[in-house]
Amino acid sequence: MTRCEVRMVVEPGSSEITKTGAWRTFVPVFDHAKCIKCSLCEIYCPESCIHQIDGNFVPDLDYCKGCSVCAHECPRGAITMVLEEK
Amino acid sequence: MEESLFAPGHRACAGCGMPTAVKLVLDAAGPNTIVASPTGCLEVTSTPFPESSWRVPWVHSLFENAAAVASGVEVALKRFKKTDINVLVIGGDGSTFDIGFGAISGMFDRGHRITYVCYDNEAYMNTGVQRSASTPFCAKTTTTPTGKMSLGNPRPKKDMPAIAVAHGVPYVATASIAYPVDLRRKVKMSLSADGPAYIQVNAPCITGWSFEAGDAIEQSRLAVDTCLLPLIEYVDGVLVGVKKVRRKRPVEDYLKTQGRYRHLFKVEGGAEVIAQIQAMADANAEKFGLLD
Amino acid sequence: MKKVVEGSYGIADAVRCCSPDVISVYPITPQTHIVEHISEFVAGGKLDCEYINVESEHSSLSSLIGASAAGARTYTSTTSQGLALMFEVLFNVSGMRLPIVMTTVNRALSAPLSIWNDQQDAMAAREAGWIQIYAENVQEAIDLTPQLYKISEDPEILTPSMACMDGFILTHVYEPVEFLDIEKVREFLPPYRPEDVLDPNDPKTFGAFADPSWFTEFRYLQFQAMERAKNKIAQVSKEFEEVFGRGYGGLIDTYSMEDAEIALVTMGSVVGTVKEAIDGLRSEGVKVGLVKIRSYRPFPEEELKEALKDANVIATIEKDVSIGYESALLTDLKAAFYNSPIRVPIVGFAAGLGGRDIGIKDIRSIVERASRVKDSGIEAEFEIFGVKRECL
Repeated sequence: MTRCEVRMVVEPGSSEITKTGAWRTFVPVFDHAKCIKCSLCEIYCPESCIHQIDGNFVPDLDYCKGCSVCAHECPRGAITMVLEEK
Repeated sequence: MEESLFAPGHRACAGCGMPTAVKLVLDAAGPNTIVASPTGCLEVTSTPFPESSWRVPWVHSLFENAAAVASGVEVALKRFKKTDINVLVIGGDGSTFDIGFGAISGMFDRGHRITYVCYDNEAYMNTGVQRSASTPFCAKTTTTPTGKMSLGNPRPKKDMPAIAVAHGVPYVATASIAYPVDLRRKVKMSLSADGPAYIQVNAPCITGWSFEAGDAIEQSRLAVDTCLLPLIEYVDGVLVGVKKVRRKRPVEDYLKTQGRYRHLFKVEGGAEVIAQIQAMADANAEKFGLLD
Repeated sequence: MKKVVEGSYGIADAVRCCSPDVISVYPITPQTHIVEHISEFVAGGKLDCEYINVESEHSSLSSLIGASAAGARTYTSTTSQGLALMFEVLFNVSGMRLPIVMTTVNRALSAPLSIWNDQQDAMAAREAGWIQIYAENVQEAIDLTPQLYKISEDPEILTPSMACMDGFILTHVYEPVEFLDIEKVREFLPPYRPEDVLDPNDPKTFGAFADPSWFTEFRYLQFQAMERAKNKIAQVSKEFEEVFGRGYGGLIDTYSMEDAEIALVTMGSVVGTVKEAIDGLRSEGVKVGLVKIRSYRPFPEEELKEALKDANVIATIEKDVSIGYESALLTDLKAAFYNSPIRVPIVGFAAGLGGRDIGIKDIRSIVERASRVKDSGIEAEFEIFGVKRECL
């Protein structure tokens, strides 16, 4: 439990403590072979949670809300939304 | 792995257009930036104590005073000879078009070096989708509901960019999350303006407009392609930039995808309204030379 | 050396001596002269600070939020409708613990519209979490200015404060005052160096929202700070006296209270008139005294009990009402005494509303009424003084 900061001053980026990945119903699945590395998925992601790691674009499932913007916008249809088994 | 200046973990709805707008703006502005935001979706979803998604210094005060708060920041930075720091306001249309209008006018009038970014989701979304001066003609909101006596919002959208131009604001632009490169460029243009700048970014709201999941970017694209949302820029009052629309779409293609306009396809008088909205789009195309 | 100047000029000069970084300005009678003089200082190079002409009082205080959060020492001045317009901002400033200092020139609140003095404006704002200190005369208002910065900016306090001074009566009067020496003020008042600042090198978020699991603790911390402010106010007053040679007491001050049977309690410029009336009454053998409230928030509960415990009757005089129930000071004072063993009858008079003059004869009349209470009990606990019944 955080101590109450007297001046209502909050540390930057501390929202990372909340794993919004718990919200999702569908999870994006990335086909790296189809991917043309345009990075539009990273650009559009509202959660800033798609990152290029070793050349591939990968969603951070801690935060991904399954909103499917990436799947909608991928020009190569390389992202599919799949019902997530929990 | 590059870290965005707008951290994940915020509480925006899944598929909201606003965080995309905000991170594009912030990342274009860079870390040497201070942001003031009014009360609204952005503020509430990004700063539930003790958390914050902001990786730049950020201040929230009240609903209608972000422009005044930012004015104070800018002046203090001048005092401390730190004028290289960018000062931004990022706020919604409710604050911008309505309750904060006076403060914005004052900020424009005083000529502060502040870039005012309005993320425009076309209603008071945080309080549950009420009509603002930005709500388009005949859109349904909870305070302009449809019924026997009403076809939705009876007023056209307030022309804030024109108002900014009329204030003599050195740089004014409209932008869309569907055109991120254009948006980034406009942010950089704003920050280098010698005075205030105003950018209005179309930010579709999945909850308030009621469209298919994941469709936020396409919604904004459609708004542009129907000519309902001209992407324009003014420098010192002169129209210097217009994004041409390659393939003009009829407004119906846009309106039919959103729940807030669904009534227009069902009720008496709806077809006339669609025709009026088409006329507005055509007038935009004419006025700004949107088509080749 | 004393100079005869308009009260507003004295305040403007006091502000100059405090070396503010950012001043926001909006005109409203009768505080406008203060900011006009400040703007002349800036234009003439006598005051080096950033100065903004804003488009409303809501924005004058709001802009200072941004400036203060960015590390600036800030100032503005307002009155009446302006204070009322910034009502929500007052709570926001105190909740954000920003040490903004403001001169509140006291003026009646519309409707009816009135530009004349009463204290309704600041009294209505007493819930807002600001330290409120009332000045008796121009000199005290001048001297309050550096004191309030010292109090507010203390890291243990971090509470905004307002110096209250009666509009026209103290702002537009010409009287001899001692100007502050800016070098002495610089020694007395250290520079403002807040721990939390809007700074890209160390980003912080100011003004997050607090859900029910957090909100109470923020209010509690504000209460604690106000409690600490009581000692701080008295301490700073003493320090000021040591440096500048002028003292005003602490949270309260007393006049002729040693064997007083009738105790008057009031604040602001009417104190001067009351003191003169008391001198006259004392020479006639009436055992009357005055408790002058300086700090209204934090409320000087203990000090008032100590000062008033031996009186036979207490009469409050104030320039405000709480429409629907009495008036602020009367109610707050009665409440302070209720659970104590002090069983002195307390009655109250709301006078001077909308700028109506309170003369020596009015004070004498109030003392006479209080004397009757002392002898034969309370007739009316609260009265709006001097109503012209023939007009009704």
